[in-house]
Parts: sequence; C-alpha cells; structure tokens
Amino acid sequence: MDPEILFFLEVLIGGLLAGIMYSLVALGFVLIYKASSVFNFAQGAMVFFAVLSFVGFMELGLHFWLALPVTIALMILVGMATERLVLRPLVNQSDDTLLMATIGLAFVLEGLAQMAWGVEVRRLDLGIPDVPMMWFADLTDIFVSTLDVVAGVVAGVMVAALALLFSKTKIGLGLRAVADSHAAAQSIGIPLKHIWMMVWATAGIVALAAGMLWGARSGVQFALVFLALKALPVLIIGGFTSVPGVIVAGLIVGASEKLAEVYIGPFFGGGIEGWAPYMLAVLFLMFRPEGLFGEKLIRRV
Amino acid sequence: MYYTQAGRHFTSYSSDSRLIPFAEDRILLAAIFAFGLFVLPFTASDYWLSGILIPWLCLSLVALGQNILMGYAGQLSLGSAGFMAAGAFACYNFELRLEWMPFPVSLLLSGLVAAAIGVLFGLPSLRVRGLYLAVATLASQFFIVWVIDKFGWFKNYDSSGIITAQDIVILGYEFTTPAEMYVVVLIIVALLTWLAMNMAKGSIGRNWMAVRDMDVAAEAMGLSLLRTKLQAFAISSFYCGVGGALFAFTFLQSVEPVAFDILLSFRILFMVIIGGLGTIIGAYLGSGFILLLPIFLNIFFHAVVGDAIDATIISAFEQVIFGVMMILFMIYQPLGMARILENTLERLRAWPFRR
Repeated sequence: MDPEILFFLEVLIGGLLAGIMYSLVALGFVLIYKASSVFNFAQGAMVFFAVLSFVGFMELGLHFWLALPVTIALMILVGMATERLVLRPLVNQSDDTLLMATIGLAFVLEGLAQMAWGVEVRRLDLGIPDVPMMWFADLTDIFVSTLDVVAGVVAGVMVAALALLFSKTKIGLGLRAVADSHAAAQSIGIPLKHIWMMVWATAGIVALAAGMLWGARSGVQFALVFLALKALPVLIIGGFTSVPGVIVAGLIVGASEKLAEVYIGPFFGGGIEGWAPYMLAVLFLMFRPEGLFGEKLIRRV
Repeated sequence: MYYTQAGRHFTSYSSDSRLIPFAEDRILLAAIFAFGLFVLPFTASDYWLSGILIPWLCLSLVALGQNILMGYAGQLSLGSAGFMAAGAFACYNFELRLEWMPFPVSLLLSGLVAAAIGVLFGLPSLRVRGLYLAVATLASQFFIVWVIDKFGWFKNYDSSGIITAQDIVILGYEFTTPAEMYVVVLIIVALLTWLAMNMAKGSIGRNWMAVRDMDVAAEAMGLSLLRTKLQAFAISSFYCGVGGALFAFTFLQSVEPVAFDILLSFRILFMVIIGGLGTIIGAYLGSGFILLLPIFLNIFFHAVVGDAIDATIISAFEQVIFGVMMILFMIYQPLGMARILENTLERLRAWPFRR
C-alpha cells in the first residue's frame, strides 16, 4: 500500500484505540449519571486513587492477583463512604449543588491518595507489552500496540456488560428510575441507598480498570486526573445517558485528536491535542446539545 | 450588632434605593477603606503587603468576576484562570508595544480584551447550561493558555517563555515598593467593587438573577437571554482580566502562561462557593480563606511536627481540607461564609434578649 495511506491508517487506528481508553473513563461518568443524575466530577480522581492504591499495595509486597481484589474492596468502600457521607445528605438538592460536591470529593480523593502513597511517578507493569504486534505488522504493515488492543477488548466487554445490566435487569430498571427522579423512585419503594452504593462501587471498579490501562501506558501519576478530564468532551459528544454513545464518541474524540495533531498540529507548532477535543465538544454543543445518542431534554417553566 | 434597624423607615425613594441604605454601614465601609488606604501601607510589613494583601485583593477581584457569572447570572464556568491569563498578557503587550499608554488605560483595555474573549466563549451559554457549559468553558481555559504559550508574539519572543511585568507608572510616578503597588491595587479593586455593587443592585443585576432563577420564565417576561447572558460573560471576564493583569503586575511579576492553569480556575471556583454565591462580600471572604488556609496549615504543621514533614504531604492534606470544606459547605451552608456572617450579625442584633 501507499506509505501515506498506511501512515494515515496507523494514526487513525492509534487514535481510535486511545479513544477507547477515554471511553473507559467516560463510562464511569455515564454509569453514575444514569443512576443518580449526579455528574460525578470525581471520576478522574477515582481513576487516580484506584490505580495509585493498586500500585501502592503491590509496593507493599502484595502479589498482583492479591492486590487486585484488595483494591476492588477499597473502591467499594470508597463508593459506600461517598454514598453515606456526601450523597445521602444531599438527596433532592439541585444538580449544580451535587456537581460542586463531587468537585470537592475529587480534591479529597486526590489528596488522600497522595498522602497515603506519595507523589512520585510509578511504573505499572501489567505484563502486557506496550509495543507493536509484530504478526499484525508483518501481515498489514500497520503498527498497533498490544496494550491498545487489550484496552479495546476490556472496554468492549465492560460496555457490553453494563449495557445489558441497564437494559435487561431489574436493577437496571431501578437505576433508570432513580435517575429520572430521586423522590419518585423512593416513593415507589426503590432502595435509594443500596442503588447508589452499588453504582458508586461499580464506577470505582470501572475507574480501576481505566486507571490500570492508563497507568501502564503513561505511568501512574497525578496527570491521570487531567487525562480523565478529556472524558468530558467524550460525554458531551456521546450524550450523557448513553453507554454505546460513550464508545462511539470516544472513538471520534480519539481519532480526531490524533489526526488533528498529526495533520493540523504542525501548522501551529503542535500541542493542539490539549484543547482540540474540547473545541469539538463546543461545536457539538452548538448544533446538537444533547449529543449523538442523548435524550432530548424538554424544559418547562 | 452595633446599631439597630428596627423602627427606621425610609421616607423617600432615593433614600430607600441607596446603594447602602444605612448611614452606619456607609461609615463602617468608609472607615475600613480609609484604614486600608492610609494606615496599612505605612504599618504593614512588606511580607504582609506583597505576600498576603496584594494577592488577596487581586484574587478577590477575580472571584468577584466569577461570582457575577456564577452567583448572579447562574452560568457555571471553569475558565476564569484563562480570562485572567488573557488580561495579564494583554496588559503586558499594551505596556510593551504602546509605551506611551498610561497604566490605568492599559489595564482598562486588557479588561476589555478579556471581555471580548469572554463573550466569544460565552456564546455556547445561549444553547446549553450547567454542566455542559462548564465543559465549554473548559475549552476556553485550555485554548487561551495554549495560544499564549504557543505563539511567541504574546511573550515578546522570550526564549524562556516567561515575561517580566513592566513597572507600573502612573502620571510619571513609578509604583515599585510593595506599599505603593498595594495602594494602586486597593484603589482599583475598591472602584470595581463599588461598580459591581451598583450593578448587582440595579436592573442589570436583577436581570442576571432572573436568568439564574429560571431562564425560560425570564425570557417569557421579555428579557433578552442573548443580551443578559453575554453581558454577564463580558463583565465577568472583564473583572477576571483586570484581576489577572493586577495579579501578574503586582504579585507574580515574572509570569508564565502555565501559572494560569486549570487548578487556579478551581481555586477561584472554591473561593466563590465557600465565600458565598451571589454576594459581593463572599468573594472577599472566600479568597481570604483559600489564600490563608495553606499558610495556616504550614505554620500548624511546623509547630506540631517540626520540619520533618514533607511539603508534598502538606499540600496533599491541604487539598483534602479544601475538598472536605467544599462538601461540608454544600451540605450545611450552600450559601457560604457570607451567609454565616449574615446569620451571626442577625443573632447579635437580638443578642442580649434572645439566645
């Protein structure tokens, strides 16, 4: 094939796979938003908290397969504590209030993680090499990292599982009811406490998965929090309430960001990756505020 | 309280609609201002002036801008540091390229530049609200800082990427010592605060509040959402821009674009929320609190554990405290420190007779 087209394809595939990693972070947001109409700004902090704790446990001498359940248990605890200490006192408050409370939560989690485990950058070795798959390269001349592919598969499995949870199970129905209205759901006997606890625990586990993949890619460090902010444009484009939308939007953001960096970036001296996704999101907001798959909101006075 | 409002009636419209209706309040405010202007510059140490008072006033001005947008007009914004950067670098370039221009004019123009950028990035607010708007303003935050960082022209092609703010010269007099710069900042901040109080009390402020409380209803009553929202964005960014320029010229002095990163935006957001949404005094209380808390924590830790403790641990702990405060305020007093102050004064009024 023509080397230029090959290069284009390589950038595109790299972008798409990076986009899946954004989707994984965004998935945590959607999960909580769908279940409680709380926009959890702390999702990025949870990613950082989860993976830093995981690495911290491994540094204490725990084996990989022992550290994993311990961290999952910790994230479940964090979810339960969040429900008890932050959300329960704020039931039926306005969305903006809840959003600001989660910004506070983000600071608490970031601070706690750094106090417990220190601030230095850690390496995380998952045993998955971040190098191109040679057999695939031999076959097609396109270099794709194994880690990226694993991330894609993990994201795909998680999304499928969560989509089934939301659409097919009784719990999922309860979650959607709670999202519509806290008060109405409570009045027909849906146990708000348990539902929220469960959702936050699940979001914590999703955060751990995202954090491990990101950590293996770029080191476990505070910058993960900012990477997680990139999930915001993904959400805007995908629509806040759609699980498949998150995946599609993640792909769009990842691909457009990498393509823009490679093909438009040089004209400006590079670095446009930092804001290109946000600008894309702003454009989307102008023309389609509810996102690709979001529900259209009707506002009444 | 030091006086009572009971039984005092206004007998004319003009006395009723005064900016500060009670003479005692006017005298108190004038006394505070006079104390700040005539006593502090001569008595306070240089550390207090340039380390605490100057940044406090500058950040209060920025918080006031953020509060206009968030507390009065109800538009959630996470981009205030971006507008600060716009103001700071605009002021630097005006001073650099138009040397004859007096500093107050540069400051005014840099505020207007920030306002223009604010209107541009405020456009999405016509379509979206709340969280969606927050993401749109994040775009402005990252974009503005990137532009200033990337294009050397804004920094006069300085190889280190750091600019050094020029001396402040007004009418041929150079304001270089901390006390002199403090006086400049105080006068400008006081002027703009007075202006903000007027706007908040007047029809502009009432329009903002109508949009905040229910924008559809406000529109149905004949209010132009376009004008009101963009006006809020423009004025808020103007305050952020002037505040940012003052912050750069009197406090930072050597300025790099990354000083205005998203963390600064978050700190300003905290100032407004902890201080009190939709109040003027809240901006001052909040920025004072956010500014002083790290200093207190530092002193506290050094007194308790000695110098053994790691600075990173202190700053992590500081983050936790900020976060916990934020959550506690959201749960127990969403209206912030301004409301606590108000409640306390209210209690004091009836103090000897009621517990």
